[in-house]
Amino acid sequence: MNSTTTRGVAISRRSFVVASAASGLGLSLGFGLSGAQAAGDAAAGEVNAWVVIHPDDTVVIRIARSEMGQGTLTGLAQLVAEELECDWSKVTTEYPTPGQNLARDRVWGSFSTGGSRGIRESQDYVRKGGAVARELLIQAAANGWQVPASECRARDSVITHAPSGRSVSFGKVAAAAATLTPPAEVTLKEPTQWRLIGQPVKRLDTADKLTGKQRYGTDLTLPGMLNAAIMACPVFGGTLAGFEADKVSAMPGVRKVVQVDDNAVAVVADTWWQARSALAALPARWDEGEHKNVSSASIDAFLDEGLAGGDAFVGNKNGDLAAGQAQVVKTVEAVYSYPYQNHATMEPMNATALYTADRCEVWCPTQNGEAALAAASSASGLALEKCDVHKIHLGGGFGRRGAFHDYVHQAVVIAKQIPGTPVKLIWSREEDMLHGAYHPITKAKLVGGLDANDKLVNLHVRISGQSILAAVMPARMSNGADMITFQGFLPKGDHAISYTVPNLLVEHAMRNPHVPPGFWRGVNINQNAIYMECFMDELAHAAGADPLEFRRTLMADHPKNLAVLEAVAKGAGWGTAAGAGIHRGLAVCNAFGSFIAACAEVSVDAAGKLTIHRIVAATDPGHVVNPQQVEAQVEGSFVYGLSAMLYGECTVRNGRIEQDNFHSYNSLRIAQMPKVETIVMPSGGFWGGVGEPTIAVAAPAVLNAIFAATGTRIRHLPLKQQRLRAA
Amino acid sequence: MARLNVNGEAVDVDVDGATPLLWVLREQLGLTGTKYGCGVAACGACTVHVDGAAVRSCVMPVAGFNENQRIVTIEGLSAGGSHPVQQAWAELDVPQCGYCQPGMIMAAAALLGANPKPSDADIDSGITNICRCGTFNRVRRGIHLAAGKIA
Repeated sequence: MNSTTTRGVAISRRSFVVASAASGLGLSLGFGLSGAQAAGDAAAGEVNAWVVIHPDDTVVIRIARSEMGQGTLTGLAQLVAEELECDWSKVTTEYPTPGQNLARDRVWGSFSTGGSRGIRESQDYVRKGGAVARELLIQAAANGWQVPASECRARDSVITHAPSGRSVSFGKVAAAAATLTPPAEVTLKEPTQWRLIGQPVKRLDTADKLTGKQRYGTDLTLPGMLNAAIMACPVFGGTLAGFEADKVSAMPGVRKVVQVDDNAVAVVADTWWQARSALAALPARWDEGEHKNVSSASIDAFLDEGLAGGDAFVGNKNGDLAAGQAQVVKTVEAVYSYPYQNHATMEPMNATALYTADRCEVWCPTQNGEAALAAASSASGLALEKCDVHKIHLGGGFGRRGAFHDYVHQAVVIAKQIPGTPVKLIWSREEDMLHGAYHPITKAKLVGGLDANDKLVNLHVRISGQSILAAVMPARMSNGADMITFQGFLPKGDHAISYTVPNLLVEHAMRNPHVPPGFWRGVNINQNAIYMECFMDELAHAAGADPLEFRRTLMADHPKNLAVLEAVAKGAGWGTAAGAGIHRGLAVCNAFGSFIAACAEVSVDAAGKLTIHRIVAATDPGHVVNPQQVEAQVEGSFVYGLSAMLYGECTVRNGRIEQDNFHSYNSLRIAQMPKVETIVMPSGGFWGGVGEPTIAVAAPAVLNAIFAATGTRIRHLPLKQQRLRAA
Repeated sequence: MARLNVNGEAVDVDVDGATPLLWVLREQLGLTGTKYGCGVAACGACTVHVDGAAVRSCVMPVAGFNENQRIVTIEGLSAGGSHPVQQAWAELDVPQCGYCQPGMIMAAAALLGANPKPSDADIDSGITNICRCGTFNRVRRGIHLAAGKIA
């Protein structure tokens, strides 16, 4: 890792190779359909790649995506079990390793868990995996009875042949089923036939999370394991100039002080506390490099330059602004900004690595096991086939552990210097805060034109700021443009604009500061929904119109967006009196393939104290797998989104991030948490994501309510920098 | 060397006295249910009970403890997850990633130990742990539900 900016590129190129293989090869294999042939050294009881059934009828469903709190483990298991027709009470889950996936022609497809894609991207083939396993089990039972399979049916892990009254449990025929050739085609159930999909079943992973039994990466212990603490150059792009190992080598438990790449130093000791204590005492010198004088002010000036004019990429264009100008009688203009933010997963970055000359094993929390495998291979210098990664439930992911496996890379580089000894690397919270993959920084200038009837005819949005893809996945850029920068403003797709404006231009002047950006839960819809929805409120105000009515006039061609907006308006009692001193604000968007809206109710007292009383939120994700987990994700999204709105800001001074722990990078607590009323309104026919979209409407709904309460527009976040503060 | 009373048992630990209790629990005693989140008592992931009160173990040097103080971790809160808070948490599926939950559960159990019928305002002032996944509304419901179970 030569610098923080290039590290993401190096790792992501490898993971991109893996990801390309997923879309090109994996899908054509048909996954579960070819599961039996691909089985190879199949585990005992494996019916196909997705389903293992033991003689005691226990069902093990294999989960390729990572569980990080979002409930995907349970949801994916529901999808398989729906088609399998197994007894849900007998279901457990396991993760195949990325090494097994590669060895079996990627039978489990992508392991990538981000972009709210876990369920929507894999629902078809995991359901087919369950259906194929069911057909194999039925065929095995039918063979045993010497009856046609078509006369048998499966339900609750029991296969029944009605004409003869015979029945047998899955566990009795699983071994025979595993030897059969899977059917070439299976027909999935219609949504009206679902019995488990759509049910609010309990999560499968709760029990161990209540007793301390659940092991996270930080909790791992292996025989003979040592512990490492690390410190990288605090200035992004800087390097390690030197360190004095002899000053700490005699400290308790210290085994070794090692350089890690050209920018970091780590202490390896018997315990992590010993390693951390020695690291704190270690004299280290840095060559801070070319970015050592960068500050938030210099970055702001850099972005202002992009707002002012010059070349820009176009994300959406409709009509002609210049021609539309003839109708404009009232112009509204505003500049908004959105800061750098840290993911701040509760569990800091960590990985455990065991390196020998011909093998490298890693245990880690990761949102993409295959990308972690690629990082292990790259760092160890061993072929992919000689490496493997053992996934552990994540103590939060939020995008930090998907495209970035810098912590895996470092753990392997350290372990490689102590061959044969497992080493657990845990970043301190300070290291985690100073070496993030930050929510990108942007500003936006919006100019709207109203005609004589106060109808919006012109809208020009110019975004200036950082591209994630330029830093992380340049291969995914389109002729130099980063199209995900336009999430929420795009003409179509998963992140389409909610309005039709006769003359529209949305453009991006790319300005990339040295602070490394990353995919941060919600990604670019977070700031773009603020820009769009708060400005829409400004336009409504200028038009003298009700914010709901003003939006409605532009949403005739966006019925699903309008439906969720109207649902929250109705749910919150829009148009009726709120409680004394309470004011409402609206926001709507299309994100990650779902349709989302929120109506917030706030009050602001004379001293500027903000109280968010209630938020009514609506989600149309097409299909719902587990409504109680959708509710949990919606509620959680408000915590993440409101934390960002209230407190989330990483400032830059002398080239480094200033906020190094939760005292300076605060997060919302229970006392600030509003009531949330969630309306889950699946309209069917599509599969949208759930883990991220709601974050986008959290801040704009509240900011619009603040305007209604105070007449003050908040255009720059976080709120802690404003006169207002959380009560 | 320090003698501690952890989860009802006397234990001797051979460790530098400046070592925070958190790391003694995790690395000397293998009680990894108690989590490291910040190291500065800001997030509450390391919350344990000392004589029934919730404390943040990441900033408390082990030298400050003696064998007469009853230290209880998530592993010792109940047999088999039977504490009313754990039961309520299971009923409501409170955890998401779960990393903060041992600390959250210990904070909630201590609150209920001191105040068996906490109001929402009591919960607001008594529970200051960080949860980044955002389980707060279920935590609040869970505390009220657990209060009902205790009654």
